[in-house]
This record gives sequence, C-alpha cells and structure tokens, in this order.
Amino acid sequence: MSAVTFTGNSVMDIDAAKVRGAGSNVYFDKVSVAYGTHVVLHPLTLDIAPGEILAMIGPSGSGKTTALRAVAGFVRPASGRIRIGATDVTDLPPYERGLGMVVQNYALFPHMRVEDNVAFGLRAQGADKPLIGERVKDALATVGMATFARRYPRELSGGQQQRVAIARALAVRPRVLLLDEPLSALDAQIRRNMVEEIARLHRSLPGLTILYVTHDQTEALTLADKIAIMRDGRVCSHGPTTELYRRPPNRFTAEFLGRANLLPVTVVEGAGPKGFATARHGDVVLTGAGRDERAGDKSLLCIRPQHLSLTADSEHTNRIVGTLREVHWQGELTHLVLDVGGTPVRVSATKLPTALPEPGARVPLFFAPTDTSLLPEDAGV
Amino acid sequence: MLVWSRPGRIVLWMLFALIFGVLFLAPLAVILLSSLADQWNGVLPRGLTTAHYADVARGAAWNSVKASLITGFAASALALVSGTWAALSLRLQGPALKRLLGLLFFIPSAVPSVSVGLGLLVAFSHPPLLLNGTIAIVMISHFVLISAFTFGNVSAGLARLSPDFEQVASSLGARPAYRLWHVTLPLLAPYLVAAFGLSFALSMGELGATVMVYPPGWVTLPVSIFSLTDRGDIFAGAALTMILVAATLILLLGLERVTKRATGA
Ligand SMILES: Nc1ncnc2c1ncn2[C@@H]1O[C@H](COP(=O)(O)OP(=O)(O)OP(=O)(O)O)[C@@H](O)[C@H]1O
Ligand SMILES: [Mg+2]
Repeated sequence: MSAVTFTGNSVMDIDAAKVRGAGSNVYFDKVSVAYGTHVVLHPLTLDIAPGEILAMIGPSGSGKTTALRAVAGFVRPASGRIRIGATDVTDLPPYERGLGMVVQNYALFPHMRVEDNVAFGLRAQGADKPLIGERVKDALATVGMATFARRYPRELSGGQQQRVAIARALAVRPRVLLLDEPLSALDAQIRRNMVEEIARLHRSLPGLTILYVTHDQTEALTLADKIAIMRDGRVCSHGPTTELYRRPPNRFTAEFLGRANLLPVTVVEGAGPKGFATARHGDVVLTGAGRDERAGDKSLLCIRPQHLSLTADSEHTNRIVGTLREVHWQGELTHLVLDVGGTPVRVSATKLPTALPEPGARVPLFFAPTDTSLLPEDAGV
Repeated sequence: MLVWSRPGRIVLWMLFALIFGVLFLAPLAVILLSSLADQWNGVLPRGLTTAHYADVARGAAWNSVKASLITGFAASALALVSGTWAALSLRLQGPALKRLLGLLFFIPSAVPSVSVGLGLLVAFSHPPLLLNGTIAIVMISHFVLISAFTFGNVSAGLARLSPDFEQVASSLGARPAYRLWHVTLPLLAPYLVAAFGLSFALSMGELGATVMVYPPGWVTLPVSIFSLTDRGDIFAGAALTMILVAATLILLLGLERVTKRATGA
C-alpha cells in the first residue's frame, strides 16, 4: 500500500493540504530501545498532537536520534508501540509509514537533479506523471528553489541543499515530518534564516506534525509548540515551550534551556493566592513564583541571566549582593559572572551603569518576583 | 605533495620515475622491442621487423583474442553480479559472519591458481558435474579467481556509503528493490566500474588455472603466449603479449569513456 493518499489527477496545492491536513499525532507508548544490552531509550511515553512542532532537545548521546529513528522505522523498539494517527506503525517497514525525513547532512541523491530528488518519493510510490510534475513544482516553490530544478546537488550551497531536502520530504505530503538536526551543518547566519523559514513553512502547512530533533535550544525555542528535553535516554521534562522556559520543572531543564541561574534557598512561606512564595538565601529573603512548596523545604530559585539588573526600580523588588568575578563585553550584550554566597550567577545586561564595577567589587543585583520560579532541589532526575 | 622544497620535490620525482621506470616500463619496453626484433643477441636487438606480428596474425592469434575477450567479459560480468550480490547481502549480517564469509571469498586468491584449476578439474570430472573440456570450466575458473576482487571493491564502496541515502529513500516510500536500483547501485557505480575493470584485467592475464582446464579451440592469449615461449618462439610470444596489452587497454579505456558519459561526470 502507498502511505500517501493521492487524490488523483487534480493539483493539490498548499491550500488543499491545509484542508486535508487534519494531520496525524505521533504517539510513543512506553517505547524503549536497546542496542544489545545497552538501553539507550528507557520506556518513553509521549504524544505529539496533530499539527504540532515538538522539539526534542538534549545533550549528545541522550537518545534523540534514536527516538526519531524509531518513528521512522530504522530502529526496532525493544518494547512498546508507536502509533501515527490511528495506525500502529511499530511493525511496518519504513517505506509504508508515510513520513518525510530530513537528516543533518541532507543526503540528497548526488546522481539526480534537484527536480528528480524532489520527485523521488512520488515516483517510488508510483504516482502519475502530471501529479509528480505539479507536486515537484509546488514543493520547490514552497522552499523558494523553483529556479534550481535542473541543478545537481553538488552545484548548490549548504542552505540550498537543505531546502531541497525539505522539499523532497514535503513532496510526498507526509503525515509527519521528521527533522534530525537539519540545520546543524549550516553556519549561524543561515541557520537563523532557515529557522524562520521553517516557521513560515509550518504556518503555510499548519496540519503538518513535526518532530524536530536538535541540540540547539534557540532553534527549539523559536520553532516549537512543545519541547521535550532528553537526558540519558529519558524525557526529563516535556511541555509547552513558554511554560517550560518560564517554569522549568527541574534543575536540568532550567540549566539546559537558557542557562538559568539557580540559587539554593529555603522556603519561608509557601505560595499564597497570588502564587508567590518567600524563601531565604543566606540572610536575604526573596519572593518568587512558587508551586506547592511548604515552609522549610529546600528549593532552587530560578532566575534567567537577562532578568537580573544592576539597577533598582519599582518592579525589581528582590535584591541580592554578589562579588563580581568576570566581565565579558559582547557588543549589544555584556555578560557578568558574580559569586553569590558560593553560587556562580550569570547576568546578561543590555544597559549598564555608567561606572562599570571592577572585578572583586560587591555588586547588588535586582530582579522581579514574576521573573523567577521555585523548583524543587531534588527533582534534578 | 607533502614536500615543499624544490630540490626535495625533484628528488622525489626522480625516485618515482626510477621505480616506475625500472619495475613497470622496462619489462614492457623489452617485450615491445622483442616483438619487433629481427635478431637479439647483444644489448640491443639487431634490426626491426613486423614479421612476428604477421606470423601470429596468420596463426591462431585472433581466436585467442576472441577467447580471452569473451572469457574476460563473461567471467567479469558474472563476478560483478555475484560479488555485488554477496556484498549487499553480507552487509545485513552480523560482523562475525561478515568477516568469516569475507575471508572465505579471498581464499582462491591465496591459493596458487594452478591448484584452483586442478581442483576444478577434479571436482567437475564426473557426471552430473562433467564440465571438463568445456568453455564453461574456463569461465568458472576465472570467475573463482576474480570474484574476491569484485566482492572486495563493492564491499569497500558499500562501507563508505552513508546509510542516510538509503534510509531517506525508504522513508520516502521506496521499496527495497526500487531503492536498490535507483539509489544504492547508482551510488556504487564508480566502485562497480572499478571492480569490473580490475576483474577484466585479471582475467585477461590469467594463466595458471586456464592452462589446467582449457579445452582445445578455446586457447586464451596467455596460454598461447605461454606455449609459444615454451617452444622457444620468444619473439612471437612477445608480439602476442603486445596484442594482449593493447586489447586490454583499449577495452578499459572504452569502459571508462562509456561510464563517464553515463554518469555525466
Ligand atoms: N548503532 C548503535 N549501536 C550501539 N549504540 C548506539 C547506536 N546508535 C546509537 N547508540 C548509542 O545510543 C545512545 C543514544 O544515541 P543517539 O544517536 O540517539 O543520541 P543523540 O541524542 O541523537 O545524540 P547527538 O546529539 O550526538 O546526535 C548513545 O549512547 C549512542 O552511543
Ligand atoms: Mg543525534
């Protein structure tokens, strides 16, 4: 069977895909993967909603690619099931899963022209010629590569190759698009542009479910509706992007996503009706967004580097004092590292007081309770 | 070049020219000269003539060329198909089995080719496997001797092929046969061509096993050359050798041109 349903002769443009694009969810049902006796994915349960972009991020070797390849059908789960839409694909070969896949080094077929690369999936599935022609044109137009149809991959730049790889995956109208570090071979400038382009692409194909594996948190934060953070073969947190960023549930998430500062504190009073708790760090009492902490709990107060200010104002009611250790000027941003009661604290400041303190000086830092969150000390998986 | 200084490079080139000249070109030059020599007693031949070429052309030379070319082509094609097939299927096996079977493939090349010929002669001397005195046994012996090289070449190519290409093809809906034909084999093409060229050259020069098994009427060039020189007809043997070299070269160059045009390189 062909995994893609062809509606026959008519031209399916992007709008048609939108209509059809109820999309498919991807459901990991306690999926584990082992190489020999080495378990690289511990039973993983995760639901990617139709039309959602889920970014899977985590350090090298944490099992991101393994999870993606399990969906694609290139690694067999040792246990558990994988469903795409209503179909249990666990036992289906890759070519019957109806997916699009883009890999880090693009893997464009070097012996085929751009148009033949893009047509590959449709030809392999035996689609009619006129349909293939239309789809190839559409897909190349979508990624802005229409004028390059007759080129060979070796005649394209890295960014252009990546667009063709995406067009090739889109041409088969996949239910789910799998992207494994698609931008990591590109340099920073092009990468930023491509992230924006993928975001635009998804706006034009809102039904397309995307599993986006990366170790770049900026890509994840920019693109994803939800993020799953992997660590040692487990998902250590999963949730809507902004929420995960604003209220990281554990130390690893807070540090991995945006390099948060974590001040060890002892809860003085749990969160009240407005959601704010008070906690003591050394002999200062600070206010922060709480969860369900109770007085006396050991906890961590999470503050992002860009939320710490060297100047006081009415919002920034919390105040801590640290010893300045390092100053790194980076053009629009200045990075400071301070020592606050033994904890290194990073500050990214856009505006600085006119007289910059010298390393070794005692410097007060101010921050708003709304920019903080408390997270439990022992939850760092 | 790793050597940057000018004198250093000159010395290296001279060394290269010396080795190449002495080991490769000198024997060929001697054979070329003998094939044209009227008489050769001193350091250099006395008088040049094309009589030896005329002689061998009058003799069975063309039949030998034909036998060699057909044998070379058939054995190489067979070796290419089976070596590729073996390399492709071994890729799916575990590393231990892969290494073992890979080694087995190379055993015929480690054994003297005369023994391979002898083995085939004995093995196929009884019905229902009676092949003695047929052209098939010549081709089989060549096939046995050269298939290790096609296998080795194609395996090396496969090992260098990123699995991404085939995986992307599969994920786009290509079934295994489609994927093999449209992705794997085209990407392997340079290795397949190299494998074929090498097998063909090896087959054109094969003597040891062929001498044991060849039937009357299927005398390959090396066998002809051997019997000529064995009879003391050195000059005719040299002329035939030059014909062998020319035939092989023309074929390999032709092959290269055809594949260049086909792959658009
Ligand atoms: N074919 C394999 N055989 C054995 N172990 C493997 C194999 N492939 C991956 N692994 C192991 O599985 C673990 C997870 O690998 P995976 O490729 O999923 O990591 P990743 O999160 O994608 O890392 P990266 O960011 O470096 O790409 C690693 O410890 C790796 O060594
Ligand atoms: Mg990976």
